[in-house]
Amino acid sequence: MIKTLKRVFSYAKPYFIFFVLTIIFAAAGITLSLAVPVFIGEAVDCCVNKNSVDFESLKKVLVKLVSVVVTSGLFQWIMSLCTNKLAFFTVRDLRADAFAKLERVPLRYIDSRTKGELSSRVINDIEIVSDGLLQGFTQFFSGVMTIIGTLVFMMSINVKIAVVVVILTPLSFIAASKITKASHDSYVQQSKLRGDMVGFAEEMAGNQKIVKAFVYDKRAEEKFFKINNQYGKIGAKATFLSSISNPTTRFVNGIIYASVGLLGSLSVIGASSFIGTMSVGKLSSFLAYSNQYTKPFNEISGVFAELQNAVASAQRVFDLLDEEEIQDDSDKEKLENCNGTLSFENISFSYNPERELIKNFSLDVESGKKIAIVGPTGCGKSTIINLLLRFYDIDSGKIVVSGKDTKNITMDSLRNNFGMVLQETWVFTGTVAENIAYGLPDASREQIISAAKAVHAHGFIKRLPNGYDTVISEDSGLSQGQKQLICIARIMLMNPPMLILDEATSSIDLRTEQRIQRAFTKLMQGKTSFIIAHRLSTIKNSDTILVMKDGNIIEQGNHNDLMKKNGFYAQLYNSQFVS
Amino acid sequence: MKNLLKYLKNYRKELFLGPLFKLLEAIFELIVPLVMAEIIDKGIGNNDKKYILLMSGLIVLLGVCGLGFALTCQYFASKCAYGFGTELREALYKHINKLSYESIDKMGTSSLVNRLTNDSNTVQNGVNMFIRLATRCPFLVIGSTVMAVMIDAKLALIFFVVAPLIAGIIFFIMNKTVPMYKNTQKKLDRAALLTRENLEGTRVIRAFSRQQEEIDEFNNAVNDIAESSVAVGKISAILNPFSFMIMNLGIVAVLYFGGVRIDTGNLTQGELTAFVNYMTQILLALIVLANLIVIFTKAFASAKRINEIFELQPEKNSEFAGDNNSENIIEFKNVSFRYSGAGDNSLKNISFTLKKGQTLGIIGGTGSGKSTLASLIPCFYPANEGEILIDGINVNNYDKDYLRKKISIVPQKAVLFSGSLRENMKWRDENASDEDIIFALKTAQAWEFVEKMPDGLDTFISQGGKNLSGGQKQRISIARAMVGNPDILILDDSTSALDYATDLKLRKALKTDMSGTTVIMISQRTTSLKDADKIIVMEDGEAVGTGTNDELLENCEIYREIYNSQMNAKEENK
Repeated sequence: MIKTLKRVFSYAKPYFIFFVLTIIFAAAGITLSLAVPVFIGEAVDCCVNKNSVDFESLKKVLVKLVSVVVTSGLFQWIMSLCTNKLAFFTVRDLRADAFAKLERVPLRYIDSRTKGELSSRVINDIEIVSDGLLQGFTQFFSGVMTIIGTLVFMMSINVKIAVVVVILTPLSFIAASKITKASHDSYVQQSKLRGDMVGFAEEMAGNQKIVKAFVYDKRAEEKFFKINNQYGKIGAKATFLSSISNPTTRFVNGIIYASVGLLGSLSVIGASSFIGTMSVGKLSSFLAYSNQYTKPFNEISGVFAELQNAVASAQRVFDLLDEEEIQDDSDKEKLENCNGTLSFENISFSYNPERELIKNFSLDVESGKKIAIVGPTGCGKSTIINLLLRFYDIDSGKIVVSGKDTKNITMDSLRNNFGMVLQETWVFTGTVAENIAYGLPDASREQIISAAKAVHAHGFIKRLPNGYDTVISEDSGLSQGQKQLICIARIMLMNPPMLILDEATSSIDLRTEQRIQRAFTKLMQGKTSFIIAHRLSTIKNSDTILVMKDGNIIEQGNHNDLMKKNGFYAQLYNSQFVS
Repeated sequence: MKNLLKYLKNYRKELFLGPLFKLLEAIFELIVPLVMAEIIDKGIGNNDKKYILLMSGLIVLLGVCGLGFALTCQYFASKCAYGFGTELREALYKHINKLSYESIDKMGTSSLVNRLTNDSNTVQNGVNMFIRLATRCPFLVIGSTVMAVMIDAKLALIFFVVAPLIAGIIFFIMNKTVPMYKNTQKKLDRAALLTRENLEGTRVIRAFSRQQEEIDEFNNAVNDIAESSVAVGKISAILNPFSFMIMNLGIVAVLYFGGVRIDTGNLTQGELTAFVNYMTQILLALIVLANLIVIFTKAFASAKRINEIFELQPEKNSEFAGDNNSENIIEFKNVSFRYSGAGDNSLKNISFTLKKGQTLGIIGGTGSGKSTLASLIPCFYPANEGEILIDGINVNNYDKDYLRKKISIVPQKAVLFSGSLRENMKWRDENASDEDIIFALKTAQAWEFVEKMPDGLDTFISQGGKNLSGGQKQRISIARAMVGNPDILILDDSTSALDYATDLKLRKALKTDMSGTTVIMISQRTTSLKDADKIIVMEDGEAVGTGTNDELLENCEIYREIYNSQMNAKEENK
């Protein structure tokens, strides 16, 4: 926990000056604000009885009071400004680092986690760190300062009464910690139930149409009512338990207040020589202190609860930051003037060492050839994409592109020579033109339009509300097919010597499908292409077919060879004609 | 808000007693400074030790009572708030389940979920805070002022200047910062969007070697957040120090004029101390009040959103629930349909009949109205014109639950629910036996992989079926619809993730295993529909051709076009 805290604060290092200023101004502001009751007490002492008010001294005291109040307010304001800068800038840096990390970790890391979880680390967890750790730190610090300051001031007025207050202090602590403990358990239960409820609502109400179609509503209601009732009961309990803390500390405060009142009054009238003597004014400032004394305890215990949360969140962020990165390869050779030849030399690969996938696979691909990858649903066809673009590295063997081992050239230059269109289209929030020019940000509008025209996307883009300047996003209403055409235009613009294409199987209407097919054909002219194929025409016309099953390449050859072999491919192929 | 008040009716007692006890606590709290003033004036003034002891004891007693009252109030508050919240959610969920498809479209499911969970919680919290604080804060402000007036009306005038001034500052700063906070939140949302998009597109980004540009863009976004956070922080940081200053300057005024009043004999020293005390209390109460206003504003906004759901009319229902044994299981008579709010009809003048056990194919491009047609059969939407008869009875006259139990639908997107595979398979028929389930899984070509799973039917399916592949989900979704022998089975383009071989096996199994079931199959591919007893070709909401494969090839140009374009690929191969 300490290690995590230290690390968070190491992120605050560039803003050390704000850190120092926060402490200085907090200390100064709090000390001054604590001096206020002293002056109030002195002022009260100036007004004892009728016709004997000492206006001379009263005025002097009040001038002091005003200046203390104004400076203290000013200092507190400056302190807040410094804390804000400290917290917000630190968080900004932490976020930027976390995001940059996501760009540098191997894909294996990203693939093995849900996207929601990872993005929640970058966004939510860091927000919790900001609230809990950085802002919490200031609260904690000023709380402690207030307690110490109050005690010092009380001591300076009357040591013995102050000691009584100190003796009563643990009451506050004990009460606060007992309550926190009691409410913590039911809070954990409550938040779990709330999670259940939200999860249930997301599933059921989120798929309300299916629930209705299956007449599942009564059963869903039963389940919901059960969770809802439990949540109501536990929630009421948790809320009640946690709401006890305020009245309880108020009560403890009341006891301290009464004790101070009692002992103070006794000392004013000199009833007990042991307590010593003091004035009514001193008593009233003492009372003011005891009134605000327990408040920081409440705040500190709140900060601690949040702190635990924040440390857990920070730990999650640091776990991400500590992930192994892909090694920087900028010192390696760049792949230039790629001739489009490619060969797999005896490669082996598996995602999981316990389950062998590809073993001793070899294949030579001449420039401009078409390689089709076929196989039943879920057979791991995308593994080939992962290996070619080095999203994952092979365990043994070599992949040689244009005569060079891909391990010895930079990843960026390797990937620049491939154009990739995935079945799961990816457009980002931005204009159509920006989306097309993704691989070539400096492309002119003419280039963008001609790329779009080449893949038959110009027609529908022109009809969008703002043409090429229409802002689109993943869910902006473009059809799957239209998004795919934009992705193809992207590759067209880059014009790389090698291609990896994933043909769409999902519900795209016939005309768009034909358009995409034409776009693919146009794109493939003269290029070495790997196609994850679903269409007979693509498969048949390819130079080599890789047949995959359960993650393995089980057959390879051209269409005629494979048909002659009468193996899995032939079986797969024939099934399409029988109906 | 008014419409939601009825869910409070079981908690009238708590709603009344809670604030009452809170009020008592506040009164006791206000008395404490008075007692202390008495101690100072009488006890110290008369050197009366006994009196001091007695009065100190009274303060403790007041504290004990205060604690008791406060706890009673908190108890009532949490009981009432959560009781209210539970009943509200129950009613809301019941209402959601009664909504028609049209209303669901209008509201959007994510909005339904949000209102059911987040908004109901916000209102619940509002009720809780109302009981706990709504009486206390105004009472403390007013009470402190009244007490001050009772002690010395003239000196109390200072209160009437300071309290509005502090209230004004709180209001001003909140007014200024709330939109700024919203703006900051928007920027945070943008950063979240960038992160999500980035993760979705990792492969593309890396393939294009654009990591650095993505990092730069994100850095800009977080810089934006930091800047606008600092800007709003600047203003909101004024609030506490400034109200602290004003309150203390008020105390300075009280002390000075108090001194004058003591000098003239209109005020005692003890009373002056009490005055100072009340001043502090007002500030604290006002700050809490400001937070309370924020909570209430949110609660009201949420209540309004919840009410919007209650205002949606439930789906119309009828009572017919029986078998008519009509020859035609489905009959469309000149049916036209338009989505509410849409300018044009999505279905125009559709007529056809289908006999029991027959297979109907529907083909056409995206947006041609295939799915719309299918969704009229279980009366998810009522037709605007014409008549739809199921088993000879107009769908509008059916008990909707009964009608929908006759019909089973496999949606385009396979959605599975968290729970065991067996639970998912029992959606249509909760009494289905394992044999029934396995039979359906076999027909849907899903048994081959379910069988291999170590837990079989007990395999846990995570939310949305994330632990299954697309093809597996689709097959389970098909199997789920087959359980319980539906009269009509609608497959809405739901074999897209299956390869040709599996698709073919599925169609064959469907024919043998479910011979009594009328099947409606929507597809983009002529091969899938070739053997259907009847095929409807849809284009722009109209049935441009109806007949068997051979008939359509003969006399429907559009069908021929589709057929040839798909057969071309095969011809090339022959």
